[in-house]
Amino acid sequence: MTDSKYVLVVEDIHKSFGETEVLRGVSFQVAKGETLVFIGPSGTGKSTLLRCVNQLTVPDRGKVWLNGEEVVHSHGKINLYRQKMGMVFQNFYLFDHLTALGNVEISLLKVKKMNKKEAKEKAMHELERVGMVQKANFYPAELSGGQAQRVSIARALAMDPEVMLFDEPTSALDPELTGEVLDVMKNLARAGMTMLVVTHEMGFASSVANQILFMEDGAILERGTPEKIFYRPDFERTQKFLSKMTELYGDLGQKNG
Amino acid sequence: MDSLVFIQKQLLPALLEGTSVTVKLILLSIPFGLLTGIIVAVGRVYGNKTISMICRLYVLFFKGCPLLLLLFMIYFGLPPLGISFSPIAASVLGFVLCNGAYSSEYIRGAIQSVKVGQITAAEALGMTRLQGVLYIILPQAFRRALPGVGNEIIYLIKYSSLAYMITCIELTGAGKIVAARYFRFTETFIVIGIIYLILVTIATKLLNFAERKLYYPGMGPTSFKG
Amino acid sequence: MQAVIESFPYIISGMGVTLGLVGLALALGLMVGIPMAVGQVYGGKWTGKFIAFYVWIFRGLPNLVLLFLFYFGIFPLMGLNVSAFFIGALALGLRSAAYQTEIFRGAILSLGEGQMLAARSLGMSKNQAILNIMLPQALRIALPGWSNEYPILLTDSSVCYAIGVMEIMTRGNQMVTRTYQPMPIYFACALIFILMNYGGLSLFRAVEKRVHVPGFGSSDQS
Repeated sequence: MTDSKYVLVVEDIHKSFGETEVLRGVSFQVAKGETLVFIGPSGTGKSTLLRCVNQLTVPDRGKVWLNGEEVVHSHGKINLYRQKMGMVFQNFYLFDHLTALGNVEISLLKVKKMNKKEAKEKAMHELERVGMVQKANFYPAELSGGQAQRVSIARALAMDPEVMLFDEPTSALDPELTGEVLDVMKNLARAGMTMLVVTHEMGFASSVANQILFMEDGAILERGTPEKIFYRPDFERTQKFLSKMTELYGDLGQKNG
Repeated sequence: MDSLVFIQKQLLPALLEGTSVTVKLILLSIPFGLLTGIIVAVGRVYGNKTISMICRLYVLFFKGCPLLLLLFMIYFGLPPLGISFSPIAASVLGFVLCNGAYSSEYIRGAIQSVKVGQITAAEALGMTRLQGVLYIILPQAFRRALPGVGNEIIYLIKYSSLAYMITCIELTGAGKIVAARYFRFTETFIVIGIIYLILVTIATKLLNFAERKLYYPGMGPTSFKG
Repeated sequence: MQAVIESFPYIISGMGVTLGLVGLALALGLMVGIPMAVGQVYGGKWTGKFIAFYVWIFRGLPNLVLLFLFYFGIFPLMGLNVSAFFIGALALGLRSAAYQTEIFRGAILSLGEGQMLAARSLGMSKNQAILNIMLPQALRIALPGWSNEYPILLTDSSVCYAIGVMEIMTRGNQMVTRTYQPMPIYFACALIFILMNYGGLSLFRAVEKRVHVPGFGSSDQS
């Protein structure tokens, strides 16, 4: 059942919204320090899958284990689990009424109950990691998309999570702003963070992913290393999707490489 | 002139005590009214079915019931049932219940206008529902509700005059007594009117100041510019 | 308890007086408010200042003070013998006019200058443009905010008790002194007000629906 070398084990997740079955039995494991990238056509449940991992969406069936412990949506404990899983959203969801610093600090102050001095130090440290120290006292409305997203990464990192979940982090950004965010993510991956990333950025996937999982119609069709998936996929549908991506985004190896 | 002497010698001294009672009433009612408004609004939006229904009924009743009637209920209606209030206590209670109902509507609207993503992010960070509401939703909602809530506070200042009707001798009441004694109603009530205008203007300035101070960029439309 | 129930007809007949107060006040507020709003937006500098002054005074004064001022002060001073009912309606109406001015002014301003420019470019005079283009739209926009005056005036009408107008509150109090049962009677009065409130609101909603022009403004301002 649980293998202690895996940080995250996801088993047979099913989720339906009304009549539509969005996830049909998805399973995978993530080892420490691995980066898993989920690709696939829109609407195939990739975002829903991520939200099932930290139970923002409760799956109809299936289980999730974090470091050997089952993640249950029980009242008190779920918050403890969420503290160990950092999530970055497509639309950032920064807290509008707080500065960048405030955004990173707040969960340290209220959830981890740090004192003000410690919280500020840690927050500034995280902002530095993502290169946003200069803008610490700026409000979300005053930041560009790329800057806002980096702050939101810092906010999630501040909790020292075991695993980071990225839900299409660059999809809402103007093209010239995606680079700064992807760079932060790449550095994170190379530094050893365990990451699950849903994205269309193939260049990112090819450079840092340990595994790529291609999803279609709510199930994982294929999984493998970047070399395998990009150059020798087993399924024709995978191939088709990838060539479409190349059409839209340019060569896999070169863009944002 | 006759009137000016009256105003100086008899009226203003007599009104001093009344004004202090009025100010006391206002200062007691505002914070509790606000608190009530927040509790009812939060209960209505985040409470379960029963709590939400109770809050709805609360708002329905205390918005639809005239303040004067409410004051009479508390001051005259409750004693036969064994509950007695002093004129000041009864007045404050009435003001709080009434103001709470009106304020809660503004706060409720503001809460519902906060983007859903805010609480999603809060939950993802491991905050409990309560923490999310307390530290993320309410700070934003309160700022947005401030113009409306501020308006209600202005109303409170004016309606404090109704306390006189349940024998609380505040500004208006003190004025009526003096006016009746010297038979100078017009001058008296003009002066009283001016005092209320001063109170209201001070309050408006304070509220505008508060709005400015609490403003954060990207908040949305405000009642002041820049 | 019997006595309480027997007092109901007397109290309910006060509804007519209350509605009379509210109706007159709304009408007065309308007749004074619309011209003042137009005057503030399109009038000269001093007109605007004067109107702003009026609005400031009548929004800052408590109803009770206004009533006392008129009933005990100004009217006797001028030797006019006017019934409490009309004085009440006058005070409420003048106050409502101040609020209505702001409502209509906001509505007119929200139309933007494009409408006026288009009208003038077609050769309409300023007054024609105001009458035929700006006001019809502004009044529709103002409707939700304006209908808010109804519940306000309804609850404010109860203050006319202080000068003896025979509306619901006054009658209720008379019955209380007779039956010595304050709570049931007050509660009944409250229900009457709440029902009148609700009834009026439904009426205004219906009116809003009828005059609604598709794609126009945001009539979902409840």
